[in-house]
Amino acid sequence: MMSLGILLPLLFFLFIIFFVGMWTNKYVSQSDSFLHEYFLGSRNMGGFILAMTMMATYGSASSFIGGPGVAYSTGLGWVLLSMAQLPAGYFVLMILGKKFAIVARQYHSVTLIDFLKSRYQSELVGLLAALSIIIFLFSSMAAQWVGGARLIESLLDIPYWLALLIFALSVMIYVVVGGFRAVALTDTILGAVMFFGTLILLVATIIAGGGVTNIMEKLVAIDPDLISPFGANGELSPLYVSSYWILVGVGVVGLPQIAVRAMSYKNAKAMHQAIIISTVFVGIIMLGMHLIGVFARAINPNIAVGDTVMPTIAMEVLPPVLAGVVLAAPMAAIISTVNALLIMVSSAVVKDIYLSYINRDAQERTIRKISYTVTAVLGVIVFFMALSPPDFLIWLNLFSFGGLEAAFIWPVILGLYWKKGNRYGAIWSMIVGVSSYILFHTYYPNAFGMHTVVMPVVLSLITFVVASIFTDKKIVYKPLKQVD
Amino acid sequence: MEDKMFSKDPRFKVAKREAWIGVGLVVINFLWWFGFAYGLSKGSPTEYTYILGFPAWFFYSCIGGLIIMSILITFVVKVLFKEVPFDEEEQSAEEANKGGL
Repeated sequence: MMSLGILLPLLFFLFIIFFVGMWTNKYVSQSDSFLHEYFLGSRNMGGFILAMTMMATYGSASSFIGGPGVAYSTGLGWVLLSMAQLPAGYFVLMILGKKFAIVARQYHSVTLIDFLKSRYQSELVGLLAALSIIIFLFSSMAAQWVGGARLIESLLDIPYWLALLIFALSVMIYVVVGGFRAVALTDTILGAVMFFGTLILLVATIIAGGGVTNIMEKLVAIDPDLISPFGANGELSPLYVSSYWILVGVGVVGLPQIAVRAMSYKNAKAMHQAIIISTVFVGIIMLGMHLIGVFARAINPNIAVGDTVMPTIAMEVLPPVLAGVVLAAPMAAIISTVNALLIMVSSAVVKDIYLSYINRDAQERTIRKISYTVTAVLGVIVFFMALSPPDFLIWLNLFSFGGLEAAFIWPVILGLYWKKGNRYGAIWSMIVGVSSYILFHTYYPNAFGMHTVVMPVVLSLITFVVASIFTDKKIVYKPLKQVD
Repeated sequence: MEDKMFSKDPRFKVAKREAWIGVGLVVINFLWWFGFAYGLSKGSPTEYTYILGFPAWFFYSCIGGLIIMSILITFVVKVLFKEVPFDEEEQSAEEANKGGL
């Protein structure tokens, strides 16, 4: 049973983000351009907020719960693997960088899909992109909701449906009324909680284990392979571990919820600051959290379920109030991922489906009403799906991360920097990327000893290049069409 | 008509250069990480050498890698990256005045 000391910091934290989120509604109601404000925070992010929202959106339940659990059983090799995430902090902002920011402004793009549509002058590209975002991100959002509710359920010892309701209400309402700015601002608080939670727990774990030297001795006594880079059972080959650089490092460029942040910043200075801050923060959190998982093995070698390693060790090495603060960190990671996904899916429905196909000439007032409604309705649907997740949702979620990367990475990067890249390349590369991901995952997972994501990313690159070159003559550029 | 995206805008040259710098940094990052991790971990784990309590491969590859990359990135951004305006019409100033985050 949970003590009040742990409970209070958690509830306090949920209230704070709720009120900050609600407060941002004043920006939404005062803005001249509702769409830009609601889905992009009026391109007004400063460097610190940009860094925090990138990091918090990227860091999810797996960084705080799943990852440390695997590190507990695998050892330092998994910490090594987690460091493949370091480029996520700087690579996205450097690659999309200034070109994406400038072009997105020229095209008046509000979403990643807007950008793709204007770049390739193709409705089909937009439609394919919108569908993959809605399908994949919706399912991964539902999976994160389940994770959030399970965490509350275990911490507060309440029934699952009630935990889900608390989670849904604390996230959904402020996202609906505050939009992107609410997401980015609360992400800053959530990111700070993640950062300090990691530091506190890391220090406490080292002290509880009697220092690093002592901990390593104990690990060697349990199993010397725990301190090797090859994993406790030699399961981590250098090639396999290296292939994670694609999945969680450079491939992150292709995740729409991350890429959209690269068009939300105010100016070049904000971007420069964000590169530095997010590298340091991502690095410390990933290194710290996974290291905690390994250290936990030396302190309590009898934890049976991986997902309980982090909560168990927090309650073991910290006084209740601090444990509450630290346990708010995985909560923060989940909320900050979910809120970004919710506004992302909502933007795809409103901007890329409703305003593109259903009602092209909608008035500002109608857009407002539709945006609030769509975001709220999406939230309610996710709630009911998360109540008892249907099998197809769990199945879809398996592909959402790698599938989106395989779909978007080349249409985005080559679209920005390769002049010959055209709509045929983009369309076929998205189709090949997603379908080959599903096929590899089903019939030949971890192909050639690398993570499943590698082959689809390679295949979609080849497709993009070949299709673009072969159809080069067919493309006639029309004068730029304004999307907005 | 040519697409605006590949015009001779000098800002695009800056952007392209910085994107390549990003690729270069990832390559350096990867080589450092891979080199120390697998270069220093040959042989039995019971015979590893230690630095500050950590196995040497881990210390250099993960902890050292994080520190080196942070320094390198700070240097690159401060010295090599250029600040360019994003808006043609300078509407950014007007937007910023509205009060931001």
